[in-house]
Amino acid sequence: MSATVARRSAFATPPGVGRFSALSAKAVVLAICCAVVLLPFLSVVSTSIADQKQITKAGGYVLWPTHPSLNAYRAIFNGGVVTRALMVSIGITVVGTLLSLAATTALAYGLSRSGSFAHKPILMIVLFTLLFGPGIIPNYLVIKELGLLNSYWSLILPTLINAFNVIVIRAFIMNIPQDLIDSAKIDGATEMQVLRRIVLPLSKAVLSVIGLFFAVGYWNNFFNALLYINDSSKWPLQLVLRTYVVNNAPLGSDQLQISSESLPPPQSLQMAILVISLVPILLVYPFLQRHFAKGVLVGAVKG
Amino acid sequence: MAVTEHADGLVQDKLLTKAASKRLTRWQRLRRDRALLLFALPGVVALLLFHYLPLLGNVIAFQDYQPFLGITGSEWVGFQNFSIIFNGDPAFLHALENTLVLTVLQVVFVFPAPIALALLLNSIAHEWIKRVVQSILYLPHFLSWVIVVALFQQVLGNAGLMNSTLRAHGMHTISIIGNPHLFKVLITSQVVWKDTGWGTILFLAALSRIDAALYEASDVDGASRLRQLWHVTLPGLRSLIVLLGILRLGDVLTVGFEQIVLQQGPVGTDVSEVLDTYVYNNGILGGNWGVSAAVGLVKGVVGVALVLGANKLAHVFGEQGVYQS
Repeated sequence: MSATVARRSAFATPPGVGRFSALSAKAVVLAICCAVVLLPFLSVVSTSIADQKQITKAGGYVLWPTHPSLNAYRAIFNGGVVTRALMVSIGITVVGTLLSLAATTALAYGLSRSGSFAHKPILMIVLFTLLFGPGIIPNYLVIKELGLLNSYWSLILPTLINAFNVIVIRAFIMNIPQDLIDSAKIDGATEMQVLRRIVLPLSKAVLSVIGLFFAVGYWNNFFNALLYINDSSKWPLQLVLRTYVVNNAPLGSDQLQISSESLPPPQSLQMAILVISLVPILLVYPFLQRHFAKGVLVGAVKG
Repeated sequence: MAVTEHADGLVQDKLLTKAASKRLTRWQRLRRDRALLLFALPGVVALLLFHYLPLLGNVIAFQDYQPFLGITGSEWVGFQNFSIIFNGDPAFLHALENTLVLTVLQVVFVFPAPIALALLLNSIAHEWIKRVVQSILYLPHFLSWVIVVALFQQVLGNAGLMNSTLRAHGMHTISIIGNPHLFKVLITSQVVWKDTGWGTILFLAALSRIDAALYEASDVDGASRLRQLWHVTLPGLRSLIVLLGILRLGDVLTVGFEQIVLQQGPVGTDVSEVLDTYVYNNGILGGNWGVSAAVGLVKGVVGVALVLGANKLAHVFGEQGVYQS
């Protein structure tokens, strides 16, 4: 059905004379769009493995390395500021994703039976957060009053629950046939057992997608780290990226804990940091991509 | 048919559970559902602590808030903090102006971009080409703003790829990054780069739902491609465009805090200060807590009012809008 529509849509090429030129015009436009997205990545990776001579000759950045070397990566993985930030980011992402997924699923399950006690008020508490955000200053003050400034928890707890994800998982759980749950209960299963034996196995697909979204969110989180983490030894990767790549702060042998003779070219170092912050996203991207369109549409319909 | 039956079944189920719950007393229902409530508890506590508690924290907009005195110890000053909004403090007005200019630029360039791209993608008959292109164009959505800004610097910066190439061929370089005159254009094009591909998802779905018979009928009537676009395709997208428009309206005063805060340094606040960065720079960095909270509060209230108002307006014009009351 969608295929027929695709062929009949307004821009579909008319049969006959104009066909070839219209087709090639479309191809050119799409090719340019793709190149505009991909070219920066190529240049980043190439520069990160290029040597000093080629970078100097090119005047800064290269598109294709002639003498590739992994020196820049060796330098940033040597245990200095970048290595530490990488560990922080990985830790935050893993712990944050697990906690978010657990709390979100539990909340969604708690809200999955429409006749249950306090169902409406709790649902309203969740939905209202979509309408009105509290603002930067009050958020900051609450984190400060709770003593969470400069604590890793300030990077996890404020984003623990996302109302949108609760709604998506809840909609999914509510589609599980009630008979299945009822019969388990008649057999004496507790709510915990129903959740673990029936609901979770059936919701694997939606949970893995939401989990990936959480993971990408935690990995990319810059805003909360900027607000709440002043101590540079606790910086996640995004803040290191901002300081040494976007703001061009000098990244010397002190920060990297290597000898100054073996320091790779600064551009390569910067681009290597950029690459390692990109790699996790690129790794999960194929999985995300397979499911996210569906996720977005579910949200659009149910939200 | 099947759909209605299914829906009837659902309604019946609901009535049954409702009837069943009516018969139980409040206390019995609490006992019955205590496990469900326990499951909901951690999430609800998190929302109360990190969403509702800060909402209450907005009271400092009415205080001369001093961090060492706290909320309970600081002096209440009524609407004094709001005077910079209503009396038109120049720095505030400037931030407001920059915000609105950026919003207009984004509505003109960012909003229609996914529609155009979706129409183009939809016209590709080869499924695999479509899928490859989609895979590539969705990618930037998943990158953080720090990464996007770094990528732009790396390509368009003064020592970046483009200018290195120009220099190597003996041509003049073009200053884009750090150029105050082009700042707003740069911000807008970054948003286009990051989110146009992703934005097509909803439009592609809506396009696939347009009845093919409409195109066939207009073909028979001899409609040109352009007329089909105008009379079949765009009407098919209308309710989605209205919905996204309403949501966008709620964000009229919000233009990428992260994106702008990352790039404010070299261009200066003159061209780059927007309401969110004004709140951050003045409040958290500058210590004017009360005034900044007041600006943030007004901004939030205006956003909600706009969404509610636009939704009402959409109903008046017979559209579904975001929600129905």
